[in-house]
Amino acid sequence: MERMQVRSTYERKKRSVCAVERAAQAIFTVCAFFAVLAVASITLYMIAGGMPAFLKVGIREILFSTVWKPTAEKPSYGILYIILTSIVGTAFAILIGVPIALLTAVFLAEVAPRRLAAVVKPAVELLAGIPSVIYGLLGIMILNPLMYRWERALFAGSETHQFTGGANLLSAVIVLAIMILPTVINISESALRALPPQLKASSLALGASPVQTIFRVLIPAAKPGIITAIVLGVGRAVGEAMAISLVSGSSVNLPLPFSSVRFLTTAIVSEMGYASGTHRQVLFTIGLVLFAFIMIVNILLNSILKKGDDGHE
Amino acid sequence: MNRRWKDGLLLGLIYLAAFFSVLLLAGIIVYVFARGFRSVSWSFLTSVTSALQGTTGIAGNIVNTLYIVALTLLIATPVGVGSAIWLNEYAGKSRWVRLIEFTTETLAGIPSIIYGLFGMVFFGTVLHLGYSILTGALTLTLMVLPLITRNTQEALRSVSDAYRTGAIGMGAAKWYMIRTILIPSAMPGIITGVILAVGRIVGESAALLFTAGSGYLLPKPGTGLLHKILESGGTLTIQLYLSMSKAQYDVAFGIAVVLLVIVLLINLLTKLLAGKLDVSARH
Repeated sequence: MERMQVRSTYERKKRSVCAVERAAQAIFTVCAFFAVLAVASITLYMIAGGMPAFLKVGIREILFSTVWKPTAEKPSYGILYIILTSIVGTAFAILIGVPIALLTAVFLAEVAPRRLAAVVKPAVELLAGIPSVIYGLLGIMILNPLMYRWERALFAGSETHQFTGGANLLSAVIVLAIMILPTVINISESALRALPPQLKASSLALGASPVQTIFRVLIPAAKPGIITAIVLGVGRAVGEAMAISLVSGSSVNLPLPFSSVRFLTTAIVSEMGYASGTHRQVLFTIGLVLFAFIMIVNILLNSILKKGDDGHE
Repeated sequence: MNRRWKDGLLLGLIYLAAFFSVLLLAGIIVYVFARGFRSVSWSFLTSVTSALQGTTGIAGNIVNTLYIVALTLLIATPVGVGSAIWLNEYAGKSRWVRLIEFTTETLAGIPSIIYGLFGMVFFGTVLHLGYSILTGALTLTLMVLPLITRNTQEALRSVSDAYRTGAIGMGAAKWYMIRTILIPSAMPGIITGVILAVGRIVGESAALLFTAGSGYLLPKPGTGLLHKILESGGTLTIQLYLSMSKAQYDVAFGIAVVLLVIVLLINLLTKLLAGKLDVSARH
C-alpha cells in the first residue's frame, strides 16, 4: 500500500516535470517564431499599405513621373526624382565613405600600434552610438552654412539656380557618408582579422612590402567580407531618415549636388504628419519602394554570406 | 625608390583615415558640449516647457524616454532570450533555424522609418492604441529583438558543452538545466544585449515620430502613472528633432548634450561588461 503511494507521487512528480518541460519548450518555440511573424506581418502591411495608391493613381504615373505636387488642385504623385535621389545619394555616400572606412579598417587590423588602436577603436564604436538626430543637428549648424557659402560663390551670376540656403544633396551625402563609417569599418576589420596568418607571412616572405601585402594580398582575400560591409552600409544609408530630413532641403528636385532634394525616407518623415487621402496612400507607396530596396539588400547579403559559408566547407 | 614613395603615401592615407574618425568624434563632442553646455541647468532637466510659467525643460521627455525603454525591454528581453534559447538548445539542425535566423537578420536590417510606418498602422490604427507610449514600445520591441537574440545566442554558444552534458548526466531535466546553469552563465551576454538595446532605443527617432507621438507633459501622479502608457509621449530625440525644426537651437543642443552623456555612459557600461565576459570565458 505504502509502496504504491510512493510510486504514485513519484509518477505525479515525473508527470509534472514533463508538463513543465513541454511548456518551456513550447514557449521558447513561440518566442523563436516571433521574428518570422514580425517580418511576415511587416511585409504584408507594407504591401497592403502601398498597393492602393498604385491601383488608384497608376504604377507608371507614380514610378515614372517626375512631378510631385500632392497638395495641388490637380495633384500629381510622381516619385521618380525621390527614388533617384535615394539611389544617387546612397551611391555617393558609399563612394566617399567606403574608402575612408576601408583604410581605417586596415589601420585597425594591420597597421596600428596597440596604443593607437586603443584610441581609434572606441572612437569608431562611439560614432556608431551617436543618435541620428544629433548628426542632423550638426549638419544643419555646420554643413548647411558652409554649403550656402559655396553655393553663393558657384552660382553667383546664375538666374536659373534656386538658392537653397545650403540644405542640399551634397550636405546629406556627407552626413550619410559619416554615418556609414562605423558599420563598414567594423565588418571590414573583422574580415581582415579572419584571414589566415600564413597569407600575410608568405607574401612578406616573397619580398612584398607590408603595404603591398595589404593592398595586393589581404584586401583581395577579404573581399567577401568587405562586400558584405558595403552592402550593409548601403542598407544603412538608404534607410536613414532623421539625420538628413532637415539637412537635405524640402523640395523634390533632380538630384544635383546643390539642389534641395527629398529622399524616400525624408519624404515620409516630413509629409506623413499632415498628409491625407491619396497623398497619404502614396507616402505608403514610397514606404513600399523603400522596403523593396531594403529587401533586395537583405537577400543580396544573405546570398553573399551563404556563398562565403560554402567556400569554407 | 618609386615603390617606397608609393608605400609611404598609402601608409599616410591609412593614418589619415584613422585619425579622421577620431577627429570627427572629438569635434562632435566638443562642438555639442560647447553649444549646449549653457542650456543644461537643473531647471532644464526638471521642469516642463510651459508658456504660462515661462519655463523651458525636458523633464517630460526624460520620463517618456524611461517609460519607453522600460516597456520595450519588458517585452523584448523575454522574447529575445527565449528565441535564442530555442535556436541554440532545442532546434538542433531543424531547417526552421535558417528561416528564423534569416528573419532575425532581416529585422535587423529594416530601417526604422519602416518600423514607424508599420507601428503606426498596426499598433496605432488596427489595434486602436493611437499615438501612445505603448504603440512606440511595441514598435521598438520588433526593432531591438535581433540585438537581444543575437547577443544571447552568442553567449549561449560560448557556454562549454561540458556544462550541458554534466547537468543532463546528473539527471537534470532540460529546462532545469537551462534555468540554473545556462542562463546564469550567459548572463553577461544577455545584459550586453539589453544595454545595446537601451542605446538603440534612446537614440531612436524615426520609428517613434508616428507611433509614440510628441507629448511632453509629465504623467499625473497616482493612476496617471499607469495611464501614461496610453498617452502620447515624445522621447528626448523626438523633442530634439522638433526643436531643431522650429529653429530652437539652444534647446536642441541642450538635449544633444544629455543624449551624448547617456551614449557615453552606455558605451562605458558595455566596455565594463565585455571585460567581465572575457574573464568568465577564460575559466
